[in-house]
Amino acid sequence: MWAFIHKVGSPKWFYGISGRLLPWCWTLAVALILIGSVWGLAFAPADYQQGDSFRIIYVHVPAAFLAQSIFVSMAAAALVFMVWKIKVADMAAAVMAPLGAVMTFVALFTGSVWGMPTWGTWWIWDARLTSMLILLFLYLGVIALRGAFASRDSGSRAASVLAMVGVINIPVIKYSVDWWYTLHQPASFSITSRPSMPVEMWWPLLLMVLGFYAFFMAMTLMRTRSEILRREAGKHWVRELAAGGA
Amino acid sequence: MAFDSLDAFFAMGGYGTYVWSAWAVTALAMVGSVLHARRERRGLLRDLERRARREAANPRTDRDAS
Repeated sequence: MWAFIHKVGSPKWFYGISGRLLPWCWTLAVALILIGSVWGLAFAPADYQQGDSFRIIYVHVPAAFLAQSIFVSMAAAALVFMVWKIKVADMAAAVMAPLGAVMTFVALFTGSVWGMPTWGTWWIWDARLTSMLILLFLYLGVIALRGAFASRDSGSRAASVLAMVGVINIPVIKYSVDWWYTLHQPASFSITSRPSMPVEMWWPLLLMVLGFYAFFMAMTLMRTRSEILRREAGKHWVRELAAGGA
Repeated sequence: MAFDSLDAFFAMGGYGTYVWSAWAVTALAMVGSVLHARRERRGLLRDLERRARREAANPRTDRDAS
């Protein structure tokens, strides 16, 4: 087990395996998102209450899922880094933060644009919206903290601690719609339970959610590879890679 | 197909501005992320190549420990 962890944690091994996985992740992401988009925009029936404005769900829900899942992944990577000192985990955590921030922004923006025709307001200090805004600030805090130290190792440790503490916000976001029932509706989509909407609306949403996860996977692998090249630029195997035209 | 014409598709039942701006921002964010990641990778590979060439031309340069 110990040997396995260190093998997976070795940048060289990770670089090789992720390079082989990457094309599959991109193919999956592009295919799922393209099919889901065409299906959701043009073929799913209009909602009987919200009309065609409900089609925002196909970008809003997947973005909101990613915003939260990326934070959990980042906190898990931070934990692995802090406990086992595995550098690749820290590199992965470092590249997840900006993508998570982007996805949180997208979730907030699309939610706001959806709120206007359905609630009559762009913004309200509802529990779900507020906790998502806090998530955005947590991401920005993690990114800023990582860059705020002269030594990379101190930045990594500080960012890891904030990620592990900040993950408390995730259950708050999840249950906010049940604890404080204000404006945002409770979850209407779950991968594990029976659809609460007509299946012809649910299928494209499932494809979009899975496509966004594949996109997250692909982006993380790709940028972790870049981070490896950046941090290990002096290592023998990276130099050989460069000499061989990578 | 949920729409009768291309015009109806773009109009989105009167919600066109909302639906298309939400989708456009999402698409921009994702495509922008990919482009940034690609540029990052290319830049790093270029730097590594340059460094490898420099070291090949000047083999006595001090090297980092590997």
